[in-house]
Amino acid sequence: MDANLRRSIILDNYQNPINRGLIDEEGYIKVNANNESCIDELNFIIKIKDNIIEDIRFDGEACAIATSAASVMIKALIHKNVDEALNIINNYENMINEKNYDSKILGEANAYDEIYKQPNRKKCALLSWSNLKNALEQFKKNN
Amino acid sequence: MNIREEFPMLSKNIIYFDNGATTFKPQMVIDEICDYYKNYSANAHRGDYNISLKTDMMYENARKKIKDLINASSAEEIIFTSGATEGLNMVVEGFFGKILKENDEILLTKSEHASNILPWFRLCKKNKCKIKYIDLDENYKVTLDNVQKAVSSNTKVISLAHITNVVGDIRPIKEIVEYAHSLGILVVVDGAQSVPHMKVDVQDLDCDFLAFSGHKMCGPTGIGVLYGKFDLLDSMEPYNLGGGMNLSFSSTGEVEYKSLPQRLEAGTPNIAGAIGMGAAADYLKILDLDKIHEYEVKLREYLVMKLKALDNIEVYNESSESGIVAFNIKNIFSQDTAIYLNDYNICVRAGSHCAKILKDELEIKNTCRISLYFYNTKEEIDKLISVLKNSDTLFNQIL
Ligand SMILES: Cc1ncc(COP(=O)(O)O)c(C=O)c1O
Repeated sequence: MDANLRRSIILDNYQNPINRGLIDEEGYIKVNANNESCIDELNFIIKIKDNIIEDIRFDGEACAIATSAASVMIKALIHKNVDEALNIINNYENMINEKNYDSKILGEANAYDEIYKQPNRKKCALLSWSNLKNALEQFKKNN
Repeated sequence: MNIREEFPMLSKNIIYFDNGATTFKPQMVIDEICDYYKNYSANAHRGDYNISLKTDMMYENARKKIKDLINASSAEEIIFTSGATEGLNMVVEGFFGKILKENDEILLTKSEHASNILPWFRLCKKNKCKIKYIDLDENYKVTLDNVQKAVSSNTKVISLAHITNVVGDIRPIKEIVEYAHSLGILVVVDGAQSVPHMKVDVQDLDCDFLAFSGHKMCGPTGIGVLYGKFDLLDSMEPYNLGGGMNLSFSSTGEVEYKSLPQRLEAGTPNIAGAIGMGAAADYLKILDLDKIHEYEVKLREYLVMKLKALDNIEVYNESSESGIVAFNIKNIFSQDTAIYLNDYNICVRAGSHCAKILKDELEIKNTCRISLYFYNTKEEIDKLISVLKNSDTLFNQIL
């Protein structure tokens, strides 16, 4: 991806993230994402109905990479069914970890395709995605 | 010689502003440590041969140097630990664990380091005692007045950092101790951020315990000191039991402990660490801690003045008297600022600095922290300021 486009995706999503702010409504699952090696701290809520992710919201304090990645992730996963979402997450994780992945299904999330060059930022880019993955896998087990 | 030339790390073209985390070591400290490993590497208190006797002498000499540094009344009051953290845990468990009972109260503040909070949390679960927090004033400082308001007839101990690691305020320990003692309340002082930066005289302060770390005062990591008044230390339950601290024991379980300080130093100590810390104490004495403090206060004033002249910067602790300055670039997460500064080889710390409940007071959870030491310079500050001034391009750089 072009460097300017990459930067503008990350910045837009950092400065105007989607679905920021939690709401107190029934039917949401809570997910906390704390980065052990740094100070990022994000909280998510997800609503899944008939196996479709209807809503994801978040709040918290984190760096530009982690915050923007949360916003980009929410856009990528909303309205997908749980298996589709897990597939997107797996491809994203593969991208961050320099494994084979399908860039076509990642959309804006391709903006993080060079994070591997800054190993200390990989955790920031993965924070929300990995925590959502755990939550979705847990959901599958329980349902 | 310029003191900067005595520090190998200062020739690496980096600007190091994270001295609250740890400090660089002068060559003479490094040499002392190497000398032990190269020339007389033996255990302490063990052998009848020359190199062991030399080790004993050097280890006990280091204890005397620390005694002199903080003006303790005797070397028996100096216990080598692995650091401030271990010292505080030893006091909480080994001393207060034995005496605090249900409803007894411990006074802390919300700006304490984790190592002066978490051990107390655990003790409170075990002994059913309670923690109360002394209110901080509008500059996040502790006043004697607020201490007096927080004290009750159940208060048994006040445990405070001498200088806090986020706000950098110097607490009026002497006045607090005087007041506390008039009511029979003991005072524990976390000296991790004060002993390296100013003259700390335990007899003058009259505090009951003082814990600090070698690595924050130009010494090595893995070594620290717990000071305590002799009678208090003497009644302390040893945290560790083992070799070096017992006089005799029998198969039926009777044990006789040694006297202080050995009783509280079970096992092979960090000998090289203690010798290195002793050398660091010498080094600071030569530089003169009063002069170090004076220099750091001036340097801080310069830094704060320069930071305040930038309209994109917010400073959170303008009125503190130590070399610690907490700030943010407006609307930028502290970690992004730290990553940006790292691009210019400027080291600052971002985060909550192990004071995770301070956010209740500060309203802002994460800050960038600059913590100065005597080897920092105005030129380094000027470089920082120019980088901060031009930070509109921050995201172009770090993304
Ligand atoms: C105020 C304060 N207390 C205690 C400590 C703990 O010191 P150490 O990690 O060396 O045990 C620190 C270190 O950051 C500190 O700043």
